[in-house]
Amino acid sequence: MKKYSKLLRPFGNAWGGVTSHKLRSLLTILGIVIGVSAVIALMSIGKGAEADILARIQTLGADLMMVTPGSQMGAGGVRGAAGSSVTLTMEDAAAIEEKTDLVTSVSPIFSRNMQLIAGSQNMNAQVTGTTPSYVPTYNLNTTSGTFFSDYDYQRGSAVAVLGSTVAQTLYGSNEPLGQNLRLGSIIVRVIGVLAGKGSVSGSPDNMVFIPLTAMQQAVAQQRTARGEQVISSISLKVKDLNNSEYIKQQLTDLLRTRHRLIASAANDFTVTSMQEVAETVSETMATTTMLLGAIAAISLLVGGIGVMNIMLVSVLERTREIGIRKALGAQDTDIWIQFLIESAFLSLVGGLIGVALGWGSAYLVSKVWSMRTLVSVDIVILAVSVSVGIGLFFGFYPAWQASRLNPIEALRHE
Amino acid sequence: MIELHDIQKIYPIGDRQLKVLNGVSFTIEKGELVAIMGPSGSGKSTILNLLGCLDVPTSGSYHIDGQEVSRLNSRELAHIRAKKIGFVFQQFNLLPRLSALANVKLGLEYADSTNLSSAVESLTRVGLADRAHHRPTELSGGEQQRVAIARALAKNPPLILADEPTGNLDSKSGDEIISMLTSLHAEQKITLVMITHDPRIARACQRIIHIKDGMVEKDEKVQ
Repeated sequence: MKKYSKLLRPFGNAWGGVTSHKLRSLLTILGIVIGVSAVIALMSIGKGAEADILARIQTLGADLMMVTPGSQMGAGGVRGAAGSSVTLTMEDAAAIEEKTDLVTSVSPIFSRNMQLIAGSQNMNAQVTGTTPSYVPTYNLNTTSGTFFSDYDYQRGSAVAVLGSTVAQTLYGSNEPLGQNLRLGSIIVRVIGVLAGKGSVSGSPDNMVFIPLTAMQQAVAQQRTARGEQVISSISLKVKDLNNSEYIKQQLTDLLRTRHRLIASAANDFTVTSMQEVAETVSETMATTTMLLGAIAAISLLVGGIGVMNIMLVSVLERTREIGIRKALGAQDTDIWIQFLIESAFLSLVGGLIGVALGWGSAYLVSKVWSMRTLVSVDIVILAVSVSVGIGLFFGFYPAWQASRLNPIEALRHE
Repeated sequence: MIELHDIQKIYPIGDRQLKVLNGVSFTIEKGELVAIMGPSGSGKSTILNLLGCLDVPTSGSYHIDGQEVSRLNSRELAHIRAKKIGFVFQQFNLLPRLSALANVKLGLEYADSTNLSSAVESLTRVGLADRAHHRPTELSGGEQQRVAIARALAKNPPLILADEPTGNLDSKSGDEIISMLTSLHAEQKITLVMITHDPRIARACQRIIHIKDGMVEKDEKVQ
């Protein structure tokens, strides 16, 4: 009991010091509160956004891989825009599909932007001509109707499946199924509507899908010098996600051979895996989050300087108290610890309130702007320990100054 | 109890040296009640600071309770203050935000004594048990000084040093404080050293040491 109270006594003294100037302590705490809550709120918004974007990418599947045409190299080494070369063909897609040890589903894509007209509504959207394999490749589901079948593909049926955004724009609350839709020069019948995937670039939500064979009737298809049918891109699903680097290399080799590229020539196509995209986005978002946190940390630093300022004032103001305590036999370390605990206590309380406030603001942001926020435990622990650390760091000098006051002079201090 | 031998205290002021004490020697026996008198600037406050282990002499030796303290470091001095010395100041020096009782407990805190009943006992002894929870600002000057005496007494130190204990009081409360100190001395056989320039108060003590120009001018027994 004796030992216990001896350990607790400095805390009692510090509490007395803090509560003797309530408003001042409160204002000091406020600086830390704002700093910590800013760190927590901004970091959680950043982390939430990161998680959100990653989740959207994941809905397309991390095992998705896309092959797009490279840029065309004109005479004299003038490079055109990416995708300007006409190198990918139906035959390439067929060759990839034969590699059943590498890929599970392969979808050739032949797409154009077209004006869609349905009754009095119209819009511009990408019309994607593909095969039924597009459904497993992109993990698609229909909310109503069905995707077109192999039979539709072989016959070149004039049928269309709408992305959720397209369906909403053209038909609103009306039933799109069975309606006729004009795509440029052809008219198709709507047979299905897809479930929403969330807005990420290249999302199927903003597209219309028709059989590739039907697309060929609407849009003239180019042929290569060797007579192969040119398509826009190829999407595929890899068999083993852990092996995606190897698969990417195999596909690259296959296409280089098919395109008869000499060893010194650059690829005339690009293979992009969703996994890579996710990693890149994740890295970028993490950097952004760190940047947000760093900006918020500046306010925490300012709060810490506020603590130091108040502690210096407090030491000066309580010089006589320090003298009295020393005359009564207080060691330098007793005084030092008392003031150090005081400043650590101020910033700890500020940190805890800051966590609550930051958490609250993150929650509010997620409710009001329906943004996803993510308060992670590690940020909370970090913010609280950093605030206590700040208290100790910025309290160190004032406490040291207090502890080395000469008792005789301190007692004379008015 | 207290033995000063050839104490010198020199303060450097710029490049000059100010000799405040110039060979002070005296002995105070256990249980004595001694007044130290002298005009201002005579060095009596410096003597009190040395006696109270708030400072160390430039040269000479000082034994308290048989222990040489003139060469101790600040940590060891603080320990001696905590265990052996009770102060009563002219300015009372109570912490304004603490109650009378908490102020008395403060005297125990650094002495590592958690005998809280002795704080209450101490307050009772100076007749302020009923004002234990009042703050210093709610007490009269005389009462504040009694709290300060209770604080000095609580840890039961062998030596109590009083620096002009009545200097800030009207003569009536001053007399009360002096009679309280003298009766406490008589009851408890503590060693009590009082600094004063009031001859009336000095004569209430058993012995008067006169200090002048940093030296003991006269050391007389009071009849």
